[in-house]
Amino acid sequence: MGDALFLHRLHFGFTITFHYLFPQLTMGLALLVAVLEVTSLARRDDRLHQAARFWTRIFGVNFLFGVVTGIPMEFQFGTSWAGFSRYAGGVIGQTLALEGVFAFFLESSFLGLVLYGEGRIGRRGVTAAAVLLFLGSWLSGFFIVATHAFMEHPVGYRISPDGTLALASLWQVLSNPWLRWEFPHVMMGAVQTGAFAMAGTGAFYLLLGRHLEQARIFVRTGVVAGAVASVLQIAPTGDVQGRLVAEHQPVALAALEGLFESGPGAPLALVGQPDVERRRLDNPILVPYALSFLTYRRWMAEVKGLDAFPVEEWPSSVPLVYYAYHVMVGLGTLFIAVMLSAAWLLARGALFRSRAMLWVLLLAVPFPYVANTAGWFAAEAGRQRWLVYGLFRTADGVSRQVSSGNALFTLLGFMGMYALLAIVFLFVVGREIAHGPAPEPPAPAAATR
Amino acid sequence: MGTLFFCFVALLLAGYVALDGYDLGAGILHLRVARDDAERRQVLATIGPLWDGNEVYLVAAGGTLFFAFPLLYAVSFSGFYLPLMIALWLLMGRGVAIELRNHLEAAPWRQFFDAVFSLSSGLLGFFLGVALGNVVRGVPLGSDRVFLQPLWSGVGAGQAAGGAAGVIDPYTALVGATAFAVLAEHGALWIAHRTEGPVRERARALAPRLWAISLALTVGTSVATFFVQPHIPQAMAAGPWRAAFPAAAVLACLGAPLLHLRGRDGAAFAAWSAFLALLLATAAFGLYPWVLPSSIDPALSLTVEQAQAADASLRTGAAWWVPGVALGIGYTVYVHRCFSGRVPRG
Repeated sequence: MGDALFLHRLHFGFTITFHYLFPQLTMGLALLVAVLEVTSLARRDDRLHQAARFWTRIFGVNFLFGVVTGIPMEFQFGTSWAGFSRYAGGVIGQTLALEGVFAFFLESSFLGLVLYGEGRIGRRGVTAAAVLLFLGSWLSGFFIVATHAFMEHPVGYRISPDGTLALASLWQVLSNPWLRWEFPHVMMGAVQTGAFAMAGTGAFYLLLGRHLEQARIFVRTGVVAGAVASVLQIAPTGDVQGRLVAEHQPVALAALEGLFESGPGAPLALVGQPDVERRRLDNPILVPYALSFLTYRRWMAEVKGLDAFPVEEWPSSVPLVYYAYHVMVGLGTLFIAVMLSAAWLLARGALFRSRAMLWVLLLAVPFPYVANTAGWFAAEAGRQRWLVYGLFRTADGVSRQVSSGNALFTLLGFMGMYALLAIVFLFVVGREIAHGPAPEPPAPAAATR
Repeated sequence: MGTLFFCFVALLLAGYVALDGYDLGAGILHLRVARDDAERRQVLATIGPLWDGNEVYLVAAGGTLFFAFPLLYAVSFSGFYLPLMIALWLLMGRGVAIELRNHLEAAPWRQFFDAVFSLSSGLLGFFLGVALGNVVRGVPLGSDRVFLQPLWSGVGAGQAAGGAAGVIDPYTALVGATAFAVLAEHGALWIAHRTEGPVRERARALAPRLWAISLALTVGTSVATFFVQPHIPQAMAAGPWRAAFPAAAVLACLGAPLLHLRGRDGAAFAAWSAFLALLLATAAFGLYPWVLPSSIDPALSLTVEQAQAADASLRTGAAWWVPGVALGIGYTVYVHRCFSGRVPRG
């Protein structure tokens, strides 16, 4: 049974990790494309429209992969987590259905128009459709993060006579204090993925000496958006999130920070490997008092370490939680340095000549994906062993009748399928980038006419 | 409130079958009616900007089922674990094939995705029918409210525990074949309605034959259903209002070929869409108030009342569901208007 539970967790974790590689770029690019289209219309500048068209083509492919890998997510609540669905469906079913009804209809209807509709609805129509597409993709993110925020910090529910959850107030669920900070935090992560991709692609063309005019638009747009998002990612959104964890899930905070011993003036661990057996951090580099100050704004504040909680209450893998969190925060800090330096060079008019900075922007493209993924790992693994924090254990949520053999069968199937999808995605997007933002697009997808 | 949401889920599923049904039908006939690359692009262009929005009806139905009937969602999705996962893989293959085919000029690339598109559409059509067949026939649902359905049992597979029939048995395979045929006809009428030239001629030539096969299979399935699920004839005898759906379905089924022969392609397609939606409504309201019959003991069948979420939750849900879905239907209508008219070759 423990084996089956592990495989079901791995199954959901694998499919959702792979899935979220796509929506983060979708949500980031949706904002950037809408901004480019609106600015292009306002300034009567066709070069910005051309830039938007190029990124819309990449958006289209990326969106498709988000859709086909996203549908299994909604089904897996029922297939693999029947106990959880039965228990919490009355609440989280609503936020998931809200996403389908208010976001998916909007996105999928207007994507077709943005991609193929210019001859039918004109430039203004396409711009309006691009704005609606942005709205749809961010609404989709909102409802998913609302679902997640409920699992981290349940509000607006009551317990039915049969022990399951019922919705008491949809308003409370959608205005969850946890959600207020998690949503902008997640969206800034998505904007970083989009902005780094756009700036990195522009840097690539500049280094190659191709498509120079478009490349400058990409770099400028990407750096400005990336700098703003990188700063907002850490402060205030990340900072307040951290303090919410400290308040509501102190044991998760201790695991995130690798703090084994409680005490006043707790240090912040920058580097180190948690040794759970000996209850210490190996090879640590510590900043004295910093954790107390960051968490409570007082240098000598008392912070609870893992020793304040029984081992059964600890997250099931303390090292995973610790590493995920440190990778996220470390990269987030680096992103600020990279993007502010680039923005400074841009303001001085030196960025397009600085080959070193362009190289950095090009090589940075994959890292927001890593940081976003690590952030979700920290949140999800940090909440274990709860599915709904304080209410419902992960072990009670699994579909009991689905054996580990069946779970492994479909997990292997998904792994094979997703390996193929990843290869095809990189191939197709690589071709689009090799072709570049030339005025004559290659044959667009299915609606060639 | 449970009954209201039963109708809502049925409405979304009927919308899914009528809308994504033509995408699947076009996929089933793709290799048959379109012979060269220009013709294949012509068929794909009729569904290219639309298929993704059509698929949202399935996702919205799943989401509505999740919050309105959490017990049904949990019991049925975990019970149909393997077949659902296989259906998800097929849905993925279909979507990727439609969108990626035209990204490369190379013939092998396009032929490969044409084959994936056609095969996944055909299998999806068949499995949608099998799924409906399972819900009508019932599943080995005991008093513990848990079941796990094997894919098949009997020949070469040994007997499943408790002698439960598999997901695929002669009855559900018959429903699957029927679904395949009626969706193929749907695709033929869609292609006839939305294309011109040789592709349209081929689709028009196929339509009467597919109609005859559909009719024969639908009659066969209806008769078989009366024996497999006696609840349906009993319910229809007790509440004659339920018979309105099959009666209207008969009219739509007979109307479609008449309109087709008069050359009114759009009206024929609309009539067949109504036929598909009414077939689904016939099954749904034939089973009502059951949502999942038990093949072990009819008294253990899951009912609307047992499966529904709390009334208060559903009242909140209805307050946003109705305007939200109305908006969604509005987008569907708008996008279909934007992309109406016949698509020329290539």
